[in-house]
Amino acid sequence: MRQTPSPIHIPSNSKSLSPTVFWKLVEEIPRPLHIALTVTSIALPLLLWWLVTRFGQIDPKFLPAPMQVVEAFGRLWGTGELLQDAIASLWRVGVGFFLASLLAIPVGILMGSFASIRALLEPLFGLMRYMPAPAFIPLLILYLGIGEEPKIMLIFIGVFFFNALMVMDTVKFVPKELIEATYMLGGSRWAVLTQVILPNVIPGILDACRINLAAAWQLVIVSELIAANEGLGRRISVAGRFLRTDEIFVGLIVIGVFGLFFDLLFQYLLRVSCRWASQVR
Amino acid sequence: MFLEIENLDKTFETRSGKLVVLKNIQMGIEQGEFIAVVGASGSGKSTLLRQIAGLDRPTRGTVRIAGQPVMGPGPDRGMVFQHYTLYPWMTVQKNAEFGLKLQGVSQKARREQASYYLEVVRLTQFAQALPKELSGGMKQRVAIARALALEPKILLLDEPFGSLDIHTKESMHEFMIDLWERTHMTFFMITHDVEEAIFLANRIYALGSRPGTVRKEMHIHLPDRSHQVKRHSRFHDYRDELMDLLRQHGQEAMMVA
Repeated sequence: MRQTPSPIHIPSNSKSLSPTVFWKLVEEIPRPLHIALTVTSIALPLLLWWLVTRFGQIDPKFLPAPMQVVEAFGRLWGTGELLQDAIASLWRVGVGFFLASLLAIPVGILMGSFASIRALLEPLFGLMRYMPAPAFIPLLILYLGIGEEPKIMLIFIGVFFFNALMVMDTVKFVPKELIEATYMLGGSRWAVLTQVILPNVIPGILDACRINLAAAWQLVIVSELIAANEGLGRRISVAGRFLRTDEIFVGLIVIGVFGLFFDLLFQYLLRVSCRWASQVR
Repeated sequence: MFLEIENLDKTFETRSGKLVVLKNIQMGIEQGEFIAVVGASGSGKSTLLRQIAGLDRPTRGTVRIAGQPVMGPGPDRGMVFQHYTLYPWMTVQKNAEFGLKLQGVSQKARREQASYYLEVVRLTQFAQALPKELSGGMKQRVAIARALALEPKILLLDEPFGSLDIHTKESMHEFMIDLWERTHMTFFMITHDVEEAIFLANRIYALGSRPGTVRKEMHIHLPDRSHQVKRHSRFHDYRDELMDLLRQHGQEAMMVA
C-alpha cells in the first residue's frame, strides 16, 4: 500500500469566475456590440489615416489623403482604365482558379477515398506545395511566353496542389460508420463514393476553395507585376514607376474589396447549400 | 439453424504481437430469436458483430446465414450502429428510402415502403425533418426503419441504445419488444447493459474478456415483458448471475492487462 499523501493547502479565498461581456471565451457577444466592433474595425484605420494626412504634413507622394485616393479612383474609373484592369485580372483569376479546382476536386476526393491513390500522389503533391508558385515564373515565361497562358498557369500551379490536398483532408472526416452503414444497405463502392462521400464533403470543398481563392488573387497580381498590358497588378506597378501613390492605393483597395466580396460569396454559398450541417463554419 | 457461427477466431496484428480478440466462438441461432450478447469492454462483442455483418473477416471459422457463408456486407442483414449513422443532408423520409434506392426500387414503391416503416417506428410526422432536428432516440428509430425497409432476414444491433438517457432507453425497449412480437424477425443485439439484455432477449450469450470467449449461454424465461418484471425475483437472479460472471472475467482481464 502507498502512503496517504500529506494534506495540501488550497487557498480558500479563490474567487468564483467573474462575469464579463467583452472577454467571453469562445461564446457569442451581443449583436449591438458585434456591429459596433465591426464598424470600428474599418472606421478606425480610416480615421487614423485621415488624421495623419490632415495634421501630419506628410508628402502626398508618400502617403496621399483619403480624398485624393477617392479622386484618383474617379479619374481611373472615368477613363475606363480601372474597369479594363479589373476585368483582365478577374478573368485570369477566374480561368486559372476554375481549371485548377475542376481538376483538384476530383483528384482530392480520389486521394481521400483510396489509400492507393493517396500513396501514389501525396508525396509529389506535398513536395510541389512547398515550391512557391512565383518561383515558377521564369520557367513559365520560357515555356509559355508572356501572354495570358503563363499567368493562368501560375494561378493553376499555386491553387491546384493546395486545393487537392485540402479536399483530400475533408474526405478523411467522413465518418467510417456512415460508409459501413451504406455497405449494409447494399451500396456498392461507387454508390458510396458518389452518394455518400461526395455530398458529405461539399461543405469542406467550398471552404477549401474559399481559402485558395485568396492565393489565386495574390498570384494574379504577382504575374501582372512582371509582364502585362493591363490588370490591377499592372496598374500598381505603373503607378509606382510614376510615383502616383494615390493610384497604388486605388489598386490595393480594389483588390481587397474584390477578395472580400468573393470570400463572402463563398460563405453565403456554404450557408445555403449546407443547411443540413449541424454547425455552420 | 438460421445463424451459425463455427469455431470463430479473430486476431489482430499489433506492434506488440498478435492480439487474440475472439477465440473459438460457437453459436447457433434459430429464426425469430432475440439474442443478446453481453460482455465488458474488451470482450470483443462488437468485433463479433462485425464478422456477422461481413464488415470484417474472421481469422478462422465461418459465419453462415440460412446455410450461406457470409462473405461481405449486404442488405440481407440489417444493421443499427452504436453511433448515429443517418445521412445528415437527407430528410428522415429520404434516409428511410436510401437502402431501397440503392437496390434500384422505383421511387413510388420505395416511398410507400419507407412510409410504412416510418409509421412502424412512429415517426411519420417527422418524415420531412432533417436528422439534426431529431433527438437521439428518434435518430435510432429512423436507423431501424431504414434497416427494416429492406426486409432483412436478421437485424444486427450494436449497442444501439448506449448513448440514450434512461427514460428514452426504456421507451426504446418497449418499442423493441413490440417490434419483435409484430415482425417475428431475428434480432441479434450487442450490449454491455445486463438488465437491457435480460429484459429484451430470449437467450443471452455472456462473453469473457481477452480473449473474448463464450462463458455462458442463458435462456431467459420471464412471466411477461412489462417494466414491473424488473422487480421479479427471477429477473434479479439472472442479473446477479450475469453480473458475477462479468465481474469475475473482467477482473481476470484487468490482471492480464
